[in-house]
Amino acid sequence: MHNHGGGVSAMELVSFALLAAIAVYLLAALRPAGRPIWPRRRIVLWIAGCLVAALSVQATATNHDDFARHAVAHVGLGMLAPLLLMLAAPGTLALRSLSAVPARRLARMLRSRPVRFLTYPVTAAVLHLGGLWLLYPGGLYPSIHVNGLLFVLVYVHLFVSGYLFSASIAGIDPAPHRASFGTRAVVLCAVMAGHSILSKQLFGNQPPDVPVAEAELGSMIMYYGGDAVSVALVVLLFAGWYREAGRTQRRLESRTQKSSV
Amino acid sequence: MARSTDSGRNLLSGILLGVGIAGFVDEVVFHQLLRWHHFYDRSTPAVGLVSDGIFHAFSWFATVAALFLFADIRRRRTFEPSRWWGGILIGCGAFQLYDGIIQHKLFGLHQIRYDVDLLPYDLTWNIIAVVLIAGGVVLLARSRRSRGVRADA
Repeated sequence: MHNHGGGVSAMELVSFALLAAIAVYLLAALRPAGRPIWPRRRIVLWIAGCLVAALSVQATATNHDDFARHAVAHVGLGMLAPLLLMLAAPGTLALRSLSAVPARRLARMLRSRPVRFLTYPVTAAVLHLGGLWLLYPGGLYPSIHVNGLLFVLVYVHLFVSGYLFSASIAGIDPAPHRASFGTRAVVLCAVMAGHSILSKQLFGNQPPDVPVAEAELGSMIMYYGGDAVSVALVVLLFAGWYREAGRTQRRLESRTQKSSV
Repeated sequence: MARSTDSGRNLLSGILLGVGIAGFVDEVVFHQLLRWHHFYDRSTPAVGLVSDGIFHAFSWFATVAALFLFADIRRRRTFEPSRWWGGILIGCGAFQLYDGIIQHKLFGLHQIRYDVDLLPYDLTWNIIAVVLIAGGVVLLARSRRSRGVRADA
């Protein structure tokens, strides 16, 4: 394993962050303070999300130059981990675990203009796809292996923008200004198309210094792996629509029953 | 008013599922099983890549959307089989025709098969597409007529 400005300590940092993230979440979720029980499913999702994120970082940090490993890390850290973590509703857990003043402060922050702007599906999608655009066709990819800081920045951006994007489409944490179903559906479709285009074009236009076979494998991992996670997002989006439509229908039915009596 | 929304949903669910099925068959049968289609043709121009990406994404999206719409139709007890099936045939045929004429021929994304005389493949592909669309239109016309009869009765 070679070391770019402390690769080992970076891995230690990731392991520490992983354990800390799991510990804080468990502490909040399992604290018996007379609150209703926090769903087990969410605890499992959170731990799974943390593990996927850490394994993704490890996959690429131990062997920088392997493009296929980079592709696995990309799908894991940028798409799968954010989806799992987002489904664990960390925002809801924080709001209910914090004492009144910090909870109110957090709620106010979630309602603030910058947060609203960042969690608007179009903004999140542009941040997410724009980052990928810079990384591959934009030619940033080779430099992340020369510059350690850039390497970290790119992966952090990948994760954060992936989280913002999946939360803006199908988030379950309270979002006072959630975009309309139509907006979310169109943006999700556009991002899925962008993913397919970007990953497929890597098949034929490998980044400099990446062997053809590696680029082809990496491109297909991104293409089909991205599909799998995106389809899960589509299912979540429509499951929300289905629940909402059922609620509207029941309301209408009870109203017509009342008026017919 | 409610009736027309419901028949609209039947048709929409059918068309979306048709597009999804055509996309799925294209991916699973022609790309993965037969390996006739290529993932990426070295000569693929940018416009073909963009169009392929949009349709690839949309066929996944359409499949999921269609199934949830279908569940909603069943929940409302307003399922109209011939409208739904008509929609499926039209969606399937339209996607196949687009794939066969625009993506394969005009944009040159990839060919149906390599190292063979393409004409019989292209003809079969596109004739099947037209037959599917025609079948769908017939089913829709029939569903409209039967609805008219029910309304008269």
